[in-house]
Amino acid sequence: MDKLDALESQSVYILREAYREFKSLVMLWSIGKDSTVLLWLARKAFFGHVPFPLVHIDTSYKIPEMIRYRDELALKFKLNMIVGQNTMALKEKRTFPDGTLDRINCCKALKTDALKNTLAGSWPRLRLNHQSAKYEVDTNTEPYTGVIVGARADEEGSRSKERYFSPRDRNSDWDVGDQPPELWNQFKTDFAPGTHIRIHPLLDWTELNIWEYIQRENIPITHLYFDQGNGKRYRSLGCYPCTMPVESHAQNVDDIVKELREGKFKNIAERSGRAQDKEDGGGLETLRKEGYM
Amino acid sequence: MASQRQQMNVVIVGHVDHGKSTLVGRLLADTGSLPEGKLEAVKAQCKRNAKPFEYAFLLDALKDEQAQGITIDTARSFFKSSKRDYIIIDAPGHIEFLKNMISGAARAEAALLVIDAHEGIKENSKRHGYMMRFLGIKNIAVCVNKMDLVNYDRAVFERIQADYVKFLKEIDLAPQAFIPIAAFCGDNMTGPSSRMPWYQGGSVLDVLDGFQKAAPLDQLPFRMPVQDIYKFTESGDDRRIVAGRVETGSVRTGDEVIFLPSGKKNRIKTVEYFNGPPRSGARAQESIGFTYDTEIYIRPGEVLCRYSQKLPHVSNKFRANVFWMGKQPLIKTKTYKLKIATQQVPVIVADIIHVLNAAELASSHKPHVDRHEVGEIIFETLKPIAFDTVNEIAPTGRFVLVDNYEIAGGGIILAPVFDSDSSLNQHIKKRDYGWERSQITPPLRAQKYGHKSALIIIAGKIDTGNQRIAKAMEEALFNLGKNVYFLGISNRLNLAASDSKDKTLGRYDALVQLGELAHLMTDAGLILITSITDIDQYDLGMLKKLNNPNRTLVIYVGQEERLALENIDLLLPENERSEAAVKKIVDLLVKAVVLDPEYEI
Ligand SMILES: Nc1nc2c(ncn2[C@@H]2O[C@H](COP(=O)(O)OP(=O)(O)O)[C@@H](O)[C@H]2O)c(=O)[nH]1
Repeated sequence: MDKLDALESQSVYILREAYREFKSLVMLWSIGKDSTVLLWLARKAFFGHVPFPLVHIDTSYKIPEMIRYRDELALKFKLNMIVGQNTMALKEKRTFPDGTLDRINCCKALKTDALKNTLAGSWPRLRLNHQSAKYEVDTNTEPYTGVIVGARADEEGSRSKERYFSPRDRNSDWDVGDQPPELWNQFKTDFAPGTHIRIHPLLDWTELNIWEYIQRENIPITHLYFDQGNGKRYRSLGCYPCTMPVESHAQNVDDIVKELREGKFKNIAERSGRAQDKEDGGGLETLRKEGYM
Repeated sequence: MASQRQQMNVVIVGHVDHGKSTLVGRLLADTGSLPEGKLEAVKAQCKRNAKPFEYAFLLDALKDEQAQGITIDTARSFFKSSKRDYIIIDAPGHIEFLKNMISGAARAEAALLVIDAHEGIKENSKRHGYMMRFLGIKNIAVCVNKMDLVNYDRAVFERIQADYVKFLKEIDLAPQAFIPIAAFCGDNMTGPSSRMPWYQGGSVLDVLDGFQKAAPLDQLPFRMPVQDIYKFTESGDDRRIVAGRVETGSVRTGDEVIFLPSGKKNRIKTVEYFNGPPRSGARAQESIGFTYDTEIYIRPGEVLCRYSQKLPHVSNKFRANVFWMGKQPLIKTKTYKLKIATQQVPVIVADIIHVLNAAELASSHKPHVDRHEVGEIIFETLKPIAFDTVNEIAPTGRFVLVDNYEIAGGGIILAPVFDSDSSLNQHIKKRDYGWERSQITPPLRAQKYGHKSALIIIAGKIDTGNQRIAKAMEEALFNLGKNVYFLGISNRLNLAASDSKDKTLGRYDALVQLGELAHLMTDAGLILITSITDIDQYDLGMLKKLNNPNRTLVIYVGQEERLALENIDLLLPENERSEAAVKKIVDLLVKAVVLDPEYEI
């Protein structure tokens, strides 16, 4: 069994544990490569099916190609697609691109708050109607208590402290100092009312593993990751005002794997293209504790 | 191809401040495994803040941690040697964070145990050594760190080595190597140190590269704990797939298999795997699915085994070593939840043989196991489970205990225990002993009431009509003038199994309550009718035992899936009309002489 097989097997195991133990389970899909690999792993775990909803938080500043790709795949894979948004903040123009907030607080409003309220069911959820290919307000407002997230331990410091099954309290707070033990593939699947669980099946994967797996499995991936014709490509995807493309001529998955293995990005952290990480020393971690993925 | 490189998980353990983070940071730096510019950035930041640079800062990305000055969790870092890739688990040394240490170390294939040369062997140097043994880690090296603080003195190193070897002998553990190092200065980290020419052994990196991977698990008997059973009919998929991960051994299509503890036999028909070439078998570590020759109804938790191989033990008692991490001590009078492979069952402590303080290795006899202690314990599960001993097959020989939502203990099974004196029997004995019986005997009551007493369980899957039938039955008997009472328990069971309470334990409690109630009412001469969904033969056995010596009758509505037929007195088709059902049940009652015509007035 090679490394990718082992990673796949462990992730599939975690997904199946989550599905068995949590009634109200969803998977976050940011449209990026990690959560798309996660989606693929769900199809592995459930033999071609995805038996829980996928939640996407639309900040409205996503690169339009991402949204197109999301809906295309959602229809093709017959996904139960749920979309949430902070429509208030957008209407009142309380965002960084509107010049009224800094980056960190914009992330908080458009991602953290939107996610919290979408999961809790306190803000409207839009659900894809596969007949009409349009989104409609979902009548189900039950809170989701198990949330599958595509975080990787190698991304940056705070994520490397995560568990596969990580409890959050009512306010999505994360007590870093008091994490449950996790041994012999026994996870914390019991939880008190009011808490919910984040599940991290990709914790052991590196950026290179992700691309190697995309290559091996031939996973459809958005073209934004490839050279856009101007010698630039996105290494990670986010909102366009805050995500800068990197200089690269990689035109396909093979090129990217090569670039990561021996090329210029071998030792450069992935999130270097994301502006919000730099604004203060522990910014991402602050966001993370507040519930941002 | 890079992904073909071998990988090894290494945990770094030892007393707080003995230099674990420094060792990790140094290894990352000296093998060129840090992101470009990261080391310089952290050094520059320290300089700006007029703080001396620490390798820990490099690793401790979290603010909280740095504020407290201790590594609080098992961070994962990667580094490469020419031989393989290492995932380093930097385990916190502080006693408060022992559960984090365990979480990290349980995943490790190798351990580096760090001891400060200047401070010498401390409490956690010993405790962690013991935990490595407990967790069964075979590859262990001891790094005697901060040799610079003792002038690289050979005598200091050798004294610590001798003392520690003595301790390790007591717990039957032999490390592969003792290495004198100065992690901060880089001595003996990735190459020989000119400051310790007296040391002939390898550097930390050499020793790591010399560690052997464990023997492949596919040579052991086949075990696949069932995670779930899928049938995605609504998506147009008719396969009924039993899914799980093969923990050990291998299996091929056509192999005869058995599910334990239920004992159901079958034959593998197909191997299911999404987006890959067709497969005719599966091996250890693969997450996979199977379909079977005949449709099979089992629940998650069963262990799939090959019939021709050595089978696991099936018992409800076993002896184990448990490491306790709970806030409350482990005690005898409480019901915990046991999770072993994918089985989840209520468990109680039948006996505490002894308790060990892992730091002092002092053994004592006391009625509970405190936090951070190890106990040798006889456990009794309230239903039989399938397991192996940890020395036979580790993945099915290790378990955790859940107390009040939290994983509070980890354990390894030493041996099965076979005896018949279950806690349920003891409970019943006690109950009956303290029971002042009425002067009116059951025959007298039966004569008076015109019927004998009985507990009538109408079981079946949800929405098969069992509850409707149970109510119709109550009405019919009532109209016949019988003393009858209906008590629906499905709602209670569902409630108990809902998120508001532990699923396994809540359900168990509710069933015990029902059994006690039934006993009381049947003793009073009544006919108690109850409807239950999703019951198995162990639940049933327990209810019958609790209701003894009074009569229990079982009626099953719909296709029987999980009960052995000999446990069922009457089978009814799914959605049977109430009148027809009532008639059949009355016939059964007459036959079972609950409604003896003789008693009809
Ligand atoms: N003199 C000296 N100090 C060291 C050495 N290794 C670590 N230290 C210091 O010991 C302290 C504790 O080290 P750290 O790695 O944080 O310990 P941990 O708590 O085990 O992770 C820090 O101040 C380190 O700089 C060494 O080889 N020599």
